Amino acid sequence: MVKVNTVFFMKIRINGEEKEIAAGLNIAGLLDELKIRPGRVVVELNRAIISRETQESTSLKEGDVLEIVHFVGGG
Amino acid sequence: MQDVFKLGEKFYQSRLIVGTGKYKNFEETRNAIEVSGAEIVTVAVRRVNITDPHKENLLDYLSPNKYTILPNTAGCYTADDAVRTCRLAREAGVGNMVKLEVIGDDRTLFPDVPATLEAAKVLVKEGFIVLPYITDDPITAQKLQDIGCAAVMPLAAPIGSGLGIRNPYNILIILEQATVPVIVDAGVGTASDAAIAMELGCHGVLMNTAIASARDPILMAEAMRLGVAAGRKAFLAGRIGKKLYATASSPLEGILA
Repeated sequence: MVKVNTVFFMKIRINGEEKEIAAGLNIAGLLDELKIRPGRVVVELNRAIISRETQESTSLKEGDVLEIVHFVGGG
Repeated sequence: MQDVFKLGEKFYQSRLIVGTGKYKNFEETRNAIEVSGAEIVTVAVRRVNITDPHKENLLDYLSPNKYTILPNTAGCYTADDAVRTCRLAREAGVGNMVKLEVIGDDRTLFPDVPATLEAAKVLVKEGFIVLPYITDDPITAQKLQDIGCAAVMPLAAPIGSGLGIRNPYNILIILEQATVPVIVDAGVGTASDAAIAMELGCHGVLMNTAIASARDPILMAEAMRLGVAAGRKAFLAGRIGKKLYATASSPLEGILA
């Protein structure tokens, strides 16, 4: 018997919360899915900053830790 | 007389730097800052609320084309966290000037001085224009200046305390040896506090709570604009010396006998 193991989703952490997202999604796609305007945020993947230009070409994988930050009021 | 303020690579007309925290909403933030005349505004770096991403963004109200955006490292308790925050902030594309604060304790919000020095070294090396928040300690100010910070920002009193300039003499010593701008950061409560800082010879004043938490933030923003401007002019004009006894202002000749 052949065991078929197809993974459609993967678990990653976004801003401290565990999320299930579509397998193979890249960062630009994720921001789009979360309805976040890419122009106003900065993304860090596993502690490395992902520039706006490389968000499209950076694919996510199971267990990734993502931080999406922006500017808020502060002193 | 043209009296411009150079900070980092740019020149400014206003010597008042304001924070953007604690306002009722973005509209009040924008209006108060407009009235304050400030050209540099501080912001914090925080996680986006991913469950409600539709929220408006602060920068929709404070255009980086109009204001110099000065990201802070508020909430950072280690040099590493502060450096990480600055790198993220720089990636946002609003320049490379940062307000470095490494907090030592959440009750006083006093800075962790050794960690601030450590972070400043890394950030200067990475090309940041570093404006560190420090205690009113001349030795620390000197060290940060030597590291290559673009200004030093001694506190007047604890952040948000409104206690005013607690130690004008330390500020004077910092000013005497400074080769970079000295900006009083934190502790200002009202317009006279801002004026005192400027009269001492400080190059600028940074505040947030004093305006944002005033009963009428817009009116207080105007008061602070005038307080900073008045203090600066008084400093440039050169105040009279203090004397114990009176000196008559009216002529002593021609008094009716």
